[in-house]
Amino acid sequence: MRFSEKWLREWVSPKLTTDELVAQITMAGLEVDSVEQVAGAFNGVVVAEIISAEPHPDASKLQVCKVDAGEAEPLQIVCGAANARPGIKVPCAKIGAVLPGDFKIKRAKLRGVESFGMLCAEQELGMAEASDGLMELPLDAPVGADIRTYLVLDDAAIEVDLTPNRGDCLGIAGLAREVGVLNGMDVTQCAQADVRQTIADTFPVTVEAKSQCPRYVGRVVRGVDLSRPTPIWMVERLRRSGIRSIDPVVDVTNYVLLELGQPMHAFDLNTLQGGICVRLAAEGEQLTLLDGQEIKLSPDTLLIADQSGPLAMAGVMGGEHSGVSGETRDLFLESAFFDPIAIAGKARSYGLHTDSSHRFERGVDFELQHHAMERATALLLEIVGGNAGPVIEVLSAENLPHLPSIQLRRDRIKRILGCDIAEIEVENILGRLGMDMVKTEQGWHIVPPSYRYDIRLEVDLIEELGRIHGYNNLPTTLPILEGLSPKREEALLPVSRIKQVLVDREYQEVITYSFVDKKYIELLTPDQPSVALANPISADMSEMRTTLWAGLLKTATYNLNRQQERLRLFETGLNFIKEGDELKQVDHLGGLIFGGVARESWFGKVRPVDFYDIKGDVEALLSLTGASEYTFEPGEHKALHPGQTAEVKRNGKTVGYVGALHPSVQKSLDISQKVYLFELVLSEIRCRSLPEFKELSKYPEVRRDFAVIVDEKISAAAILKNVRETAGSLLTNLVLFDVYQGANLEAGKKSIAFGITLQDSARTLQDDDINPIVDRVVVSLKETFNVTLRE
Amino acid sequence: MDNLQTLLEQALAAVAHADSVAGLDQVRVQYLGKKGEITGQLKTLGKLEPEARKAAGAEINQVKEQVQDAIRARQALLEAQALQQQLASEAIDVTLAGRSGVVGGLHPVSRTMERIESFFSSMGFQVVEGPEIEDDFHNFEALNIPGHHPARAMHDTFYFDATTLLRTHTSPVQVRTMESSAAPYRIICPGRVYRCDSDLTHTPMFHQVEGLLVDTDITFSDLKGILAEFLRDFFEKDLDVRFRPSYFPFTEPSAEMDIQCVMCDGHGCRVCSHTGWLEILGCGMVHPKVFEHVNVDSEKYTGFAFGMGVERLTMLRYGVNDLRLFFENDLKFLRQFQ
Repeated sequence: MRFSEKWLREWVSPKLTTDELVAQITMAGLEVDSVEQVAGAFNGVVVAEIISAEPHPDASKLQVCKVDAGEAEPLQIVCGAANARPGIKVPCAKIGAVLPGDFKIKRAKLRGVESFGMLCAEQELGMAEASDGLMELPLDAPVGADIRTYLVLDDAAIEVDLTPNRGDCLGIAGLAREVGVLNGMDVTQCAQADVRQTIADTFPVTVEAKSQCPRYVGRVVRGVDLSRPTPIWMVERLRRSGIRSIDPVVDVTNYVLLELGQPMHAFDLNTLQGGICVRLAAEGEQLTLLDGQEIKLSPDTLLIADQSGPLAMAGVMGGEHSGVSGETRDLFLESAFFDPIAIAGKARSYGLHTDSSHRFERGVDFELQHHAMERATALLLEIVGGNAGPVIEVLSAENLPHLPSIQLRRDRIKRILGCDIAEIEVENILGRLGMDMVKTEQGWHIVPPSYRYDIRLEVDLIEELGRIHGYNNLPTTLPILEGLSPKREEALLPVSRIKQVLVDREYQEVITYSFVDKKYIELLTPDQPSVALANPISADMSEMRTTLWAGLLKTATYNLNRQQERLRLFETGLNFIKEGDELKQVDHLGGLIFGGVARESWFGKVRPVDFYDIKGDVEALLSLTGASEYTFEPGEHKALHPGQTAEVKRNGKTVGYVGALHPSVQKSLDISQKVYLFELVLSEIRCRSLPEFKELSKYPEVRRDFAVIVDEKISAAAILKNVRETAGSLLTNLVLFDVYQGANLEAGKKSIAFGITLQDSARTLQDDDINPIVDRVVVSLKETFNVTLRE
Repeated sequence: MDNLQTLLEQALAAVAHADSVAGLDQVRVQYLGKKGEITGQLKTLGKLEPEARKAAGAEINQVKEQVQDAIRARQALLEAQALQQQLASEAIDVTLAGRSGVVGGLHPVSRTMERIESFFSSMGFQVVEGPEIEDDFHNFEALNIPGHHPARAMHDTFYFDATTLLRTHTSPVQVRTMESSAAPYRIICPGRVYRCDSDLTHTPMFHQVEGLLVDTDITFSDLKGILAEFLRDFFEKDLDVRFRPSYFPFTEPSAEMDIQCVMCDGHGCRVCSHTGWLEILGCGMVHPKVFEHVNVDSEKYTGFAFGMGVERLTMLRYGVNDLRLFFENDLKFLRQFQ
């Protein structure tokens, strides 16, 4: 809410500077967003009347005006504004005036004609962003008067960002009440009005939706003259509150909304048929709003209607047809209380947000409607004349909000705030806040005022005590925390440790959006159903990722387009995987490498990374939880090269994939060189067994090396597995140290060389122990894989 | 004997002239080897009388030792020279870069999260995580934000359908924790959150850490104490802090916590809009309705909750001036946080 400081100070004016006032209300929970002067810094500008305006002899767009600025002689001023004409009153910057931006007004010659000052537009006085002509002042403005004094321009517009619970402060009266409480001051009730009823005219009102509209107050006003202007003081107050002047009737309803917080509406009485009916919309009904929008109404929408159909969306916006226009002579004024629940979310569901809906959904004081009606009528009669009928009220008292009686216990105050607040202070604060109080044995019984919808529970009262006492005046303590110590499981590796391995291996962590372009999902996991957002920000952020590779590849592309030649990236986070009706959100770890195996350097050409580089990184990760439990098997993944894909398994269960990006996917993504990827299910690679100590052997190890020739299709893993099984319990290490294919070997064959290390914990191994093992290994390999020993 | 003396002089001269370890060895063989000239002298002793043999023997041995000493000394010298040469020839440019002496880095947001987690872990808080696709109940209803509540407009929510959404804060994790275990609670919930908003100062995804401390005797004063301590630890500065009344449906009383601006030490600058204060986190005492939803007795237990934006803390800590950089993942940006 934006308001004029001067306006507020008419109601309550503590001895505080603007800065102090702003700080005070901010610290009371009414956070001030901005403070702006309502006009620029200028002086020497007075009210002036244009006596005559003649065309400039040498310039078609200029006029030479004679201006009465309150001096003995009229001033000659050359002016370019189209609306400059005799009879109007405008601001005039006289010689010696200084306008915003330190612009000094001097005697000047414009196309040969002398000019003794400048007639001003609002923009030139720092009162508007843009203007399309001179600022026209009321005809009764006193010529020669200083414009700053006349328009009360030494004022600030304060924008306060109110939280949804403080609907009671959405009006000057409510803000004044709050400022009064904070300063212990009485508030002047500036909006009192008592209207003399001069005609007996009424208009029928029925309320069908009683629970949604417990109170409806209306009034007929006849014979208004809408050709009369809204007084300048009201136009200025509206402007300082961010509202443009429209016509006197709309201006008055807006003024009362700003002043008291009561949204009102004015209908052109002569457009209404039959009577007013407050009801819910029927299926298929439509309404053209004031702003010209055609709205299809949903059946839970509260309407103001007449016999012909919907007139207005209750509490949100009026309709075009029944609105006030220049021809309007007779009015029907509405000041209603709508239940917050009936209005809440309604405007939003139609994509609307109005000053009225903003207040009704936060809760308008349900005792305010009469008062607002009187105030608005009084202002209207003053401005546009006319005769007021009696106040019409349709009340459903049982549907008005029920004011709670809340028990406030003395000891509870301390339990929540951490300190006692003296009884006298408690009573003082709650009294100033308008609460009804009855003392009880344990504390008080409190009934909040009708405008405080946010006070319903004991804690709400305690918050008020803390707030007015001052949060910063409450003690600051460190609790003694006992008993609960966080669970720390050694067998569960922290994710930070896993990340550290990658960081140490030169990977950079990235964080990418969890929603991605559908094209990535189709390319990378075409068989995996995914979930789409109903209201995405944009198409390229519309689908929840099924694989971390989507974000990693997008990041890779982004960086490759920015001259990066080498990438090592990883990310952790959830993938969203649909399995039937079930949606799984599974934490993953994914990585990507691209480019040279090392940074470019002086020690020789850097080879590009290959499958075994990324596999080595994955092996390092897996070694944290026991390398021997994991196997890499030839696998299949739609995103990966069919000949360079390994499925990573832990004790037989798939935990992820590592491989080269499929060349056709790589091409679709327009990436120039091979990309290697891995992705692992985080929870599957975090658990580990605790180390178990085994006695160290004192006896020497013995190593025997083998070279075998085998069909090239036999995997290294199969050979090693066979050796491990046949070598028996004395095997302490098995290393594959050479793979060879080519000259000297038959086509389709490869040579594999490996060494076994044997050791006994109880004695030194002799040839008699070793040879049978060696024979067993060779025989088994021959039988299983038809290998031949290499000479 | 003259012969022996001449031999000695010849041998010493030969040793002095040897300019390599190999050459020196030749000299040794020539004089002291089995067939060496000095060794040969010993063979002549047999022809002498025992008395004279003894004296002559001693004399020869003395010469032999003199030559041996000379050889040893010469050898040490030559070896030292050879080592010098070897070392000189092996000198390299130690200013050239080493091989693979680089590491990667964590994302700055992770770095901040780790620091936050480390502080609260040391205070006995357990780190708990939860789903990012949430239901309306856990994200809103259970937190006292019913369907019509104006606060829903403050959460621009991404929906999948009427009741499934991307969590707008990590508070649902608190609800889930309270649903599934008994009080007391001492947890923090870090993670990704989502709001349907994207401009200069908003990204549709960001990170929060929320905390919850519920016990039989926890007050607003404790909330002030723990959070002030946290921020002093985080910024490693003895910062002024202040608490402003605010509103969150799930806490009552609610507060915004401000810290003295870390950029200008509270003197006023662009970052703090010349107020000297920075809004840093929201907090408050857990609302009785929230306790009610998860069956915690609000007469027995009280507690506080707080929530902070990780990106904002990171920006303030390291002076990052554009939120969007965090998710562009430009390596030139990320590498600044190694």
